[in-house]
Amino acid sequence: MSNISNTNHEQAQSPGFEQDPFASAFPETREFWSAAEAGRLMLNTCEDCHRPHWYPRMVCPLCGSTRLRWQQATGKGTLYAFSTARRATPAYTLAYVQLAEGPTLLTNVVEADPDALAIGMSVQVTFRRAEEGRMMPFFKPDSPI
Amino acid sequence: MSLSASACIVGAYEHPTRLAPDKSVAQLHAECALGALQDAGLSLADVDGYFCAGDAPGLSPLYMADYMGLKLKWYDGTESGGCSYLAHIEHAAAAIASGHCSVALITLAGKPRSSGQATGTAFRAPPVDRPEAAWETAFKWTIGGIYGMMMQRHMYEYGTTLEQIAWVKVAASQHAQHNPNALLRKPVTVDEVMASPVISDPIRRLDCCVITDGGGALVLTRPEIARTLKRPIVKVIGCGQTMNTTQGGYLDLTRTGAQISGAAAFAEAGVTPADIDYASVYDNFTIMVIAQLEDLGFCAKGEGGRFVADGNLISGVGKLPWNTDGGGLCNNHPMNRGGITKAIEAVRQLRGEAHPAVQVKDCRLALAAGPGLVLGPGHAHATVILERE
Repeated sequence: MSNISNTNHEQAQSPGFEQDPFASAFPETREFWSAAEAGRLMLNTCEDCHRPHWYPRMVCPLCGSTRLRWQQATGKGTLYAFSTARRATPAYTLAYVQLAEGPTLLTNVVEADPDALAIGMSVQVTFRRAEEGRMMPFFKPDSPI
Repeated sequence: MSLSASACIVGAYEHPTRLAPDKSVAQLHAECALGALQDAGLSLADVDGYFCAGDAPGLSPLYMADYMGLKLKWYDGTESGGCSYLAHIEHAAAAIASGHCSVALITLAGKPRSSGQATGTAFRAPPVDRPEAAWETAFKWTIGGIYGMMMQRHMYEYGTTLEQIAWVKVAASQHAQHNPNALLRKPVTVDEVMASPVISDPIRRLDCCVITDGGGALVLTRPEIARTLKRPIVKVIGCGQTMNTTQGGYLDLTRTGAQISGAAAFAEAGVTPADIDYASVYDNFTIMVIAQLEDLGFCAKGEGGRFVADGNLISGVGKLPWNTDGGGLCNNHPMNRGGITKAIEAVRQLRGEAHPAVQVKDCRLALAAGPGLVLGPGHAHATVILERE
């Protein structure tokens, strides 16, 4: 089995999220993972209460509506809170980022000196591939620090 | 339906072990059950309702019920992390009030210490089908990281200081010195807490609870049965619980479910925070005690840092005697779940059976509250209010 997937050229060319067990477990969020391959951050937005939510799902957790549509986010936000795992090797910075559109999501801050970060700092999305294959929205400071 | 006086806690037992490599989790559950039943003057044959959570082997009450030979009319495997057992008190009281069972047993046990679990600092991947998993696992969140963010946000919004936060640990350690079973019995100072190594900014090692093997159990029954037993009567007069997770992306990291569970429990009991003689508040991290005291109404939101400072939580010193067994920060945190030990120390206080050095005089009304799982990715909370008859 593993020989087939290792030598199948088409599979090697296909988006990583196709083989990702986390993304595959939620077929209804395929559009998110597909857009993420192209570096676009999509939000599930409610046609009834007009609010985007996070994480994406088939029912609006804010009002209960199932009338949802995918909307491309600006990818910009502000740092709501962060904590650097000093004991980890290498150290990394866990964060909550509030998107310009409203929702707050769990992420990591990358390409930044942890000691130069501050709550309220402007950040922007930068996609990185998770080890399982899907592209994930990480964030970096808007201006280099 | 009001629970007022419909159920009493008649048995409470905290396992004395903190490291149990040579015992199974099932054996620890059973030892806790037998300890609480002996405390109540009852036996396994009297139990007709059983309550346990995700720490029970097999993820269902039925395996431990079988192990102990229970003959059940009612069972409940509600899993909401460390506060499960406080939620179980409400469920047991409701089951007793509605006649579904007469003698309810609640157990907790586990051995994370002997298995070398890095509870707060290691990332633990959830199952792939958990709905938030795809969106959060890649960021390798840890419990220490989440509560580090909470502490940072609380300091940012309310001006809470590391020194104020350290007083929570100082109070716990002052109490733990009197508890022969406590894992950490040495009193510590504010400076020692602040100088301890950073785990995940700004959380230091001494802001974190301990990791211990062990467990505990509670027995509840109807007042008519309780009065035939030879133990002081501790009535369950108010309960509340809630779940409060990612909230669709509109979370407030400084607010806990205690706002909801506490308000429900106080309303049902018909009392206010000012009436409480003793409070057990689950201390998985120092900052969580501060946030919960605010959310329970012991002080205004944002005032928690000032409220806990200068020994205000130390029995005999401050205004609110709190976690007089040493809590999860110093005494015991069996299976990384602090809910049941909070209820057990509240029962000891109400019976007048706490250590004399920390016993609250004429303790009539006590609160036990705590969170379960992890604020943000998945948070639950439960509060119970108990009254000595």
